[in-house]
Amino acid sequence: MRWLLLKDLQILRRSPLQAVLLVVYPVLIAILVGLAVSRGPGEPRVAFLNEVPQNARISLSGRKLPSANVQHRICEKVECVRVHSREEAEKKVESGDVLAALILPEDLINKINSLSTLSPGTPKVEVLVNESDPLKAGAVDDKITALLAQANLAIAKAIAVEGGKYLNLVIKGGDLPVLAGAIHILGLESSAHILEAIEPALPQGPLRVALGQVIEFANDAGENLDIAGPLIQRLAQPIEVHKVAVGGSSPPLETFAIAIAATLTLAFVTVLLVAGSLALEREENAFPRLTRGLVSSEALLGEKVLLGVAVGLVVTILMLAGLTIFVPLEWGRFGLWLVAILVGAGALAASGAALGAAAREVRAVSLLAFMVTLPVAFLSLVPSGTVGVGLYDVIKVITALFPFKPALEAITAALEAGSGSLGEPLLHLAALIVAYAVIARLALRRFARV
Amino acid sequence: MIGPNGAGKTTLLSILAGILRPDGGTLEIGDGAVGWVPQQAALYRRLTVEENLLLFARLEEHPDPRASGAEMLELTGLGERREEFLARLSGGDQQRLNIAIGLLSRPSVLLLDEPSVGLDPRQRAKLWEFVSGLAGRGTTVIFSTHDIQEAERYGGRLLVLADGEALFDGSPDELRETVRRESDAAVAAAADRDFETAFVAYLHHRGH
Repeated sequence: MRWLLLKDLQILRRSPLQAVLLVVYPVLIAILVGLAVSRGPGEPRVAFLNEVPQNARISLSGRKLPSANVQHRICEKVECVRVHSREEAEKKVESGDVLAALILPEDLINKINSLSTLSPGTPKVEVLVNESDPLKAGAVDDKITALLAQANLAIAKAIAVEGGKYLNLVIKGGDLPVLAGAIHILGLESSAHILEAIEPALPQGPLRVALGQVIEFANDAGENLDIAGPLIQRLAQPIEVHKVAVGGSSPPLETFAIAIAATLTLAFVTVLLVAGSLALEREENAFPRLTRGLVSSEALLGEKVLLGVAVGLVVTILMLAGLTIFVPLEWGRFGLWLVAILVGAGALAASGAALGAAAREVRAVSLLAFMVTLPVAFLSLVPSGTVGVGLYDVIKVITALFPFKPALEAITAALEAGSGSLGEPLLHLAALIVAYAVIARLALRRFARV
Repeated sequence: MIGPNGAGKTTLLSILAGILRPDGGTLEIGDGAVGWVPQQAALYRRLTVEENLLLFARLEEHPDPRASGAEMLELTGLGERREEFLARLSGGDQQRLNIAIGLLSRPSVLLLDEPSVGLDPRQRAKLWEFVSGLAGRGTTVIFSTHDIQEAERYGGRLLVLADGEALFDGSPDELRETVRRESDAAVAAAADRDFETAFVAYLHHRGH
């Protein structure tokens, strides 16, 4: 077997373009997918036209509230491109320079202020989008909706805080600034104290009873409105999210991205190499000569699987070593990495052998390997809940039949503690090794025909 | 072995080589190895002549694979091209190396499946000189061919196959004699002059 292994490595070494493609292509794909998964899109560029006068403020009961910094909040979430006119905004959207344009019209604050009057208007902001690309249009809709929700929240909070201050003034008393001066508000608490002081001086009778009722009201109102204060503030954001993980343990996104990159590299290198080198034996007409007493079909399959595992392991470890320049990895878990990669490579190599035994030519086998590996890899990355239940069940079955997903789970678990169980995917991979070895052995019977 | 396309020549050789299992009948193989050389060169194009020989000598578990390789290089006359990749050899040289690898097991019987297919007349002559030399040194060579003149010239015993059936087993002269006996005067005369005509007439008489 070792002479065949050496022969395959020698042939691989003599095909530098093939070897480079075999290694570089999957590594590049893996890194790109890893980056795409680990990092969301950068801040989208949005043209921002603020026509609202600089000193305009939302006012409550005739009093101007402090600025809610809506513009600042929006520009924290997107890359704001300042424009000076609606025409400029339209041009930028049409040319694709920006994803969308957000226009705050001049009368926006007046319309907001009119909400507390007898003739309320409808405050509106304008969003310009280019809908030539449906995907982009959908993304813009989602982003703008989220931004406006945040802006509404900021305004609502500012109003609630100011409302709370007024309520506090009614309860505790204090100075209410009006124009140049201020009006002193006595407040419910002080009113109650004054009345309590007066009450003993009054003779028993209906007047004193009535005063007692006023004192009781002032105390009750003060206490109850005190409770209403925080309630009003909560109105701005009545529901908060408390996330509890009840199933699985999600690894950090970077670890998951590295696991994807490693598994993609391992899958492409192993499946393509094993399938291609097995098909090469047939293309070179060497298979019948080899299996005519020189090596058994099982030994030949074993040699190809060993070749795929060895090369896949080396390339994947080198890639992980290279990635440590950018992302810290737990090298203390190297033993577990090795186990996960070896078993994963074994299953991927066995599936490569089954593919290699199914076709006559190296080119056909390479195409077949790509056509199988790539879609299975992408299907394995589809998270539950992002597609319909029935479709996800189909995806689950398909991905369970191929070694990519269990290999990804095993490598993810090996890379970082608390990233899921290692035993389960290893057992899954072991079962796939046996299944694909049997399929490959049966398919090799076709090879014997000359 | 001669016969029209689809007669079963390659199938029979593959059964004799132990690659295919017969559907029926028995096969008796005497002492000594049976060498087999497939119709298309079963060699690695990205290895050199010497590396191909060395690989198969190692797989045959020769005690000294390099010496065995050198011996085959001398036998095939490919010594000067030992470091050339197979892809750069002519069809004739590739076929000689193909046969040399079949000889590595030092077989007492060598099976050649249409060894001269695709070779030009000069390469063919060199190949048959090489094969005749093997036969002269005591190796039994069984070969299939479509070239009837080649069969007459190099075959000591002919097996005529058609549609999986063995129609004739004997020498070229015996085949010619059979045709002479079974045909009219004109055909017999033509068969006397040309062995291919005799072969076609023989098949025609047997409904093929």
